[in-house]
Amino acid sequence: MIRHAGARALQGLLVLFAASFAIYMLLGLMPGDPIDLMASGNPNITPEDVQRLRELHGLDRPLAARYADWLFALLQGDLGYSRIFSKPILATVGPYLANTAWLMLASFVLALAIGLPLGLLAASRRGGWLDAAINGFAFVSAAVPTFWLGLLLIVLFAVVLGWLPASALPPPGADGFWARAQALILPVATLALVEAGEYARHMRAAASEALAQDWIRTARAKGASPSRVLWGHVLRNALIPVATVAALGFGGLFSGALVTETIFAYPGMGKLIYDAILASDFNLALACLLMAALLVIMANFAADLVYAALDPRIGFSRGGGDEP
Amino acid sequence: MRLRTLVASAILLPALCAALFAPLLATLVGYDAGAVDLMQRYAPPSLAHPLGTDELGRDVAMRLAFGARVSLTVGIAAALAAASIGTAVGLVSGYAGGRVDAVLMRMTDAVLSLPVLPVLIVLAAVDPAKLGLPDADAAGLWRIVAIVAAFGWPKVARLVRAATLALRARDFVRAAEALGASPARIVLAHILPNCAAPILVATALAVGGTILFESVLSFLGLGIQPPLPSWGNMLTGAQETIWQAPWLALWPGLAILLTVAAINLAADDLQERLDPRR
Repeated sequence: MIRHAGARALQGLLVLFAASFAIYMLLGLMPGDPIDLMASGNPNITPEDVQRLRELHGLDRPLAARYADWLFALLQGDLGYSRIFSKPILATVGPYLANTAWLMLASFVLALAIGLPLGLLAASRRGGWLDAAINGFAFVSAAVPTFWLGLLLIVLFAVVLGWLPASALPPPGADGFWARAQALILPVATLALVEAGEYARHMRAAASEALAQDWIRTARAKGASPSRVLWGHVLRNALIPVATVAALGFGGLFSGALVTETIFAYPGMGKLIYDAILASDFNLALACLLMAALLVIMANFAADLVYAALDPRIGFSRGGGDEP
Repeated sequence: MRLRTLVASAILLPALCAALFAPLLATLVGYDAGAVDLMQRYAPPSLAHPLGTDELGRDVAMRLAFGARVSLTVGIAAALAAASIGTAVGLVSGYAGGRVDAVLMRMTDAVLSLPVLPVLIVLAAVDPAKLGLPDADAAGLWRIVAIVAAFGWPKVARLVRAATLALRARDFVRAAEALGASPARIVLAHILPNCAAPILVATALAVGGTILFESVLSFLGLGIQPPLPSWGNMLTGAQETIWQAPWLALWPGLAILLTVAAINLAADDLQERLDPRR
């Protein structure tokens, strides 16, 4: 178990390292040198100043050397300064990261609360109208663009009905808990509805498989009530594959959160990454993207461990070539 | 004909026709998708403009048809590119086994697990001039195809690898090996044709996924650039106009939803028809 965890952690670190290198090189290919941007905003700047600034920020050196410097600083816990915020990266990113985490957590919990019971229900009524309806919901949620669902919810609940605000931030002056919670209803609902369909689909598949097993017949034969069989036996066994799928889908959830943030003008990681890239704030963009990659890698790592710990049939010496 | 097939074709055929015949349609009715008419802003649906007009007085129905051209082209081209990469990786990985397989599969896992959207945003923001590529508007479409394809291949690779692993142990492959056929010949002449069914299904599924990716990128302003309409970038402006003209937000999204759902439905249908076990 420990060897397995160690190997996976090492793999994760390797992916993170490769990702940081790739992202650094890509950022070097983006238009708009930060010094050019600074210079264009200041008519009094001289070519000598530009050269001096470029040397000051190390931008006159080759990309690979800059990457090595950056990596060395990172290992010492220094992520550098954000140019657009004029603050250290860590102090800048904190609140945005927390906002995204809240959005993701709330949506994830809601999506599970909707998706898992629906999937279980569909599996227990296979072929019926309820199964067809739930399947239809899962089908639509797999095909709907997240940003459009957000727009539709805004049109319906903010424009037509006027019940909820169109922005994820409470209006100025109304800073109470209720105002904040109310503003979060639409973004959370958007993200949760998209994810819930996927969870329902996986739950239905896992529960159907569990329902066909011998031990379900045994449970029924010994007189367990249908609801006990479903919520006790089937749910518990179907949860293992579903938990894995949910954790592996973390990257998708993150991407969905980014889109949702843009629609609802929510100050989270999505807005920060977008702003950083448009303003050529390379340090900030790099840090945000790496944090996103780190989050996803950690979620996958957790999924792997949970999967291995929950299911005793899974061996820990999983190599590359033997899984189907 | 089954209900599923019927529903999928009832949605996909009109979309394909709209994409193919959009210029013809434009000459028939006498105005094209880019025709601006500021006197006719936010016109409600009428006989002349069946879906109304947008903030510049352009005909929404006509723009949808031209948008279908762009969105479907990007979707299909990117899916084909992704399927080619994925098939190559899957075949090599499945047939070679061992270390090659382990490295390729870890790479596949890594791409699958990355948060796709932020990386797509970075890729879309890369300046083609710094790579020595021409920076033309016409190249914009193919650039999006390349970017989306770069993230579409891992799922195909996994499916093809699984099929290759199963085929590798079959007698006809063993026989070919015993007869001294080269690995390249075995993979291309014996394994690839027998993988056709999973490749076809994976490609069909990838079309839906790539259309969704293109729409997000274009919506964020990083994909297809206006005035060329795509279903995604038609919604970029919709966020500002929802207070005056909420119906503008409806049509492009509905087109994406129906098309992607129909493609996924068709892929499911295809899978069941091609599966010899049923």
